[in-house]
Amino acid sequence: MTGFLHERDFSRKSFLKGGGALVVGFSVAGAALAGRASGAADPHPFTSFGPADSSLIDSWLVINADNTASVKLGKVELGQGSMTGLLVVAAEELSMDMSQMRAITNDTDLTPNQGTTAGSSSISSGGKQTRAAAAAAYQALLGLASTQLGVPASSLSVDKGVVSGGGKQVTYGQLLGGKLFNVKMGAQYNLAPSQPPAPSVAQGVASTGSGSSQGLAAAEVLPTPPFVPSPGQGLSPGAPGTKPVSAYKLVGVEPGPPRVDIPDKITGRYTYVQNVRVPGMLHGRIVRPRGQGAYGDGTNPQVLSVNANSISHIPGARVVQRKNFIGVVAPKEYDAIQAAATLKVKWADMPELPSSGNLWAQMRKQDSAGQVRAAKMVDIGNVDAALASAAHVVQQTYTYHYNGHLPIGPSCSVADVTSEGARVFSNSQNIYSTRSAIAAVLGLPLQKVRVTYYEGSSVFGNAPYDDAAESAAIMSQLVGKPVRVQFMRWDEHGWDNYGPAQMSDVRGGVDAKGNIVGTDMTMFGIPWYTTKPPEAMIGYAQQFAANANLDSTNNGTQYNLKSRRVIGKHLPVQNNYFKTIWLRAPAAPPTTFAYEQLIDELAYAAKMDPVQFRMQNIATQASDEANGITALTWDRWKGVLTKAAELSSWKPAVAASNLGKGNVVTGRGVALGAFAGTPVANVAVIQVNKKTGKITPLHFYSAQDTGLTVYPEGVRNQAVGSLVQGASRALTEEVTFNKRQVTGLDWVSYPILRFKDSPEITFEYIQRKDIPAASTGVVQPNGTTRPASSVEASGLLVSGSGEPPSTCIGAAIANALFDATGVRMRSAPLTPARVRAAFKAAKII
Amino acid sequence: MASKLRIRVNGLVHSVSASLDTPLLYVLHNELHLHGPRFGCGLAQCGACSVLLDGKEIRSCVTPVAAVSGKKITTLEGLPALWAKERGTTAASPALHPLQQAWIDVQVPHCGYCQNGMIIQAADLLTTTKHPTDTQIKTALNGHLCRCGTYPRILTAIKQAASAMAKGGA
Repeated sequence: MTGFLHERDFSRKSFLKGGGALVVGFSVAGAALAGRASGAADPHPFTSFGPADSSLIDSWLVINADNTASVKLGKVELGQGSMTGLLVVAAEELSMDMSQMRAITNDTDLTPNQGTTAGSSSISSGGKQTRAAAAAAYQALLGLASTQLGVPASSLSVDKGVVSGGGKQVTYGQLLGGKLFNVKMGAQYNLAPSQPPAPSVAQGVASTGSGSSQGLAAAEVLPTPPFVPSPGQGLSPGAPGTKPVSAYKLVGVEPGPPRVDIPDKITGRYTYVQNVRVPGMLHGRIVRPRGQGAYGDGTNPQVLSVNANSISHIPGARVVQRKNFIGVVAPKEYDAIQAAATLKVKWADMPELPSSGNLWAQMRKQDSAGQVRAAKMVDIGNVDAALASAAHVVQQTYTYHYNGHLPIGPSCSVADVTSEGARVFSNSQNIYSTRSAIAAVLGLPLQKVRVTYYEGSSVFGNAPYDDAAESAAIMSQLVGKPVRVQFMRWDEHGWDNYGPAQMSDVRGGVDAKGNIVGTDMTMFGIPWYTTKPPEAMIGYAQQFAANANLDSTNNGTQYNLKSRRVIGKHLPVQNNYFKTIWLRAPAAPPTTFAYEQLIDELAYAAKMDPVQFRMQNIATQASDEANGITALTWDRWKGVLTKAAELSSWKPAVAASNLGKGNVVTGRGVALGAFAGTPVANVAVIQVNKKTGKITPLHFYSAQDTGLTVYPEGVRNQAVGSLVQGASRALTEEVTFNKRQVTGLDWVSYPILRFKDSPEITFEYIQRKDIPAASTGVVQPNGTTRPASSVEASGLLVSGSGEPPSTCIGAAIANALFDATGVRMRSAPLTPARVRAAFKAAKII
Repeated sequence: MASKLRIRVNGLVHSVSASLDTPLLYVLHNELHLHGPRFGCGLAQCGACSVLLDGKEIRSCVTPVAAVSGKKITTLEGLPALWAKERGTTAASPALHPLQQAWIDVQVPHCGYCQNGMIIQAADLLTTTKHPTDTQIKTALNGHLCRCGTYPRILTAIKQAASAMAKGGA
């Protein structure tokens, strides 16, 4: 089939002219490469054969005839600047200039499988793979140049893709432009594809059929996706075989190049997935109750009847149905929207939520009834004995509500299911897993599905992009035409995969000298969902995981604790709780909200300044070893706390020791948090209006240790957003629901932080070139560095960036509120109503 | 029923076919293929869809296309030409409006989806308030939501653009 066009094909020229570095569509194969470069039609738009063998250089990058390089991205750009960051990494190893770098964006036919773009790992993990491939390409190019110039490789030097030696020069483009490397990388590059795992016996999940009320056949289990190989881990900065860190010109250099995606984003030239357009495309909308119920029967509402005549007056509108999955399509988008709003569907009542009204009481009740599985996550020393010996003991319960992902642009996908195969345009964070999911719901072999990534809007985790892609694919298959599905606002708010609510019981004790003797934390967690609503609605059995994702870092590894216990309580999710999954820094904000307030409560009990108290108790080599941590974390905690105190000009004082008398008062708070191996210290300065209960953040000071900071500008910009978003979650965000379903369906019923409440931000990262990537298990007795030889052997540590600052800004705000008023808030979000109620209870108003 | 309509967008008159109550946004996006204004909520709550109507910011997601007849619509794509006109230059349009240049210089966006509305609202503000204070900026943009948390850099960028525009710079 020819003539398949999508928006970026139309606008490709403008991308190139516009100075951006986006180039799409180059295929790996030689002939196809030349064809695509000259703008010829895509050889096979409806099938995909990726990922290519990851031990071949050609699977990672292309040298073009114009002496540019195109890097194939297996991590997606989500607005975090990781595309630019990965180009920086490749340019560094290739000794090229940023102006010579292009990106081949994610496509299951073109790019490597670097897994899910999540966990702040694009540069820390994805960068290692890109680095290794670029280092191998550099060596291969040197070899070619050596042959061509008749000069030994050791006598050659490279600048901007021009190889010089013996008085002669040749460019990469002249050496290889438009041709394949045909080089298999050696084992030292650590990029060989993974092997299929041995078949496992235990599945670890329970499956129950549902959907029998309509007399449907017993639900089938969604096919297990075929194995898709992923590459090895690649190489850290400076590891043997890569460029020496001392020779870096781009990596870690301030401020770093401007982001390549920004110019098109602010001129209207950028193609978001919401802008993808395919000839003959219909507009589709999903029809379902406004607001999901509990994961289980509440995410697979039963259809009793559909009255197709109710939309017969809307031009071209028609109903598409597959079991409980209902949608409408129409040639004009506004007609599809009206048809979806007008279509008369009778749904069976969603089951009542047992937790309605009091989520936390429900967790306790289920625990008492023996329905909650407890598992010890950490148990060091003897917490009970330590607390019995303490001068002061604090024991409290903290709660943190469900939060939503809620991109400003609702989820969207375009699918074209044809007799040749299916093409899907999606903003998935993992196009290979999306391909597996689409293949399963369409009943197609894996290679008969091609998924092409276009950036969507601000997902920050597993927003329902796959729901949109599956829905578009189901509708396209039913109507035989390409279908674009976009969520309405209520879909996005009401059918998100939320960040889990969490209840935490914390205990801690401090001795007479202000040393923490031990802490104990029990967290009630909701297991993540596994079956997407469209899958359940078309008749597949829902799966229910038994284990919640809980945090075992932010409840004590910051401190030098001889006794520490962490217990996870895994709640029964089915028909009890909403479907949830990872949301920015998963599990960390609820955990630090509890634990870092506990630390503040202990400091207060010890009559100590919160920063000095933390510094006195900061992690040590001994506590790291007790926690089984072999990386150099303890030194990093001290570094970020020192830096944040310095940035905020922190003067020691016991919290709430100088309470303002007026109606509007200010306070400051500190908190520590870590995510993706990166520790952060935040100081929040806030103002609160006692009468209204309204908190306004004034200034945040934040310090982060990312090991080697690869792309400083990217890290800094992410820190700003991470802090603002973290404040939004702590101050305003809560998924509301009634007895059956979610009721927070727009920006009024589920508000986020607004411009007027946005604080000033001061952020600094600590550039570290002394932490080895690989742990040797030996921490130096009295220094803060390891022997240089361990860095030389493994390269430098790069830890995650993006999520870490958001981990503990909520806790810092709550600590600041205590400092301002002497009132402690143990339930997030800190909405005006909740804060005012706490003020009334404390009789300060 | 669809009607034939003529609307003036970014200095050009376009013939479009849409029912009179169709929100302007869908006409701009699907008929004229303009990708600056974006669907965010359809409820005039977030501002991702903002355009200028005779120089004032409106929400195109709730404005019926029939209501804009005879008026001038400017989208994100039309800002550079609008700036050229404001300066009274007859030379070719600059590539970027000073606000867009500031957005690049300050490296404002993350995903960028909401930035259309931020820039459109700022353009509206700067036509009436040449040197806005922080409070004026925050108030003017308070009806625009960003999920990525870019507000602090937007504030910096608007002040930078205001300064450049006051000097008449591109």
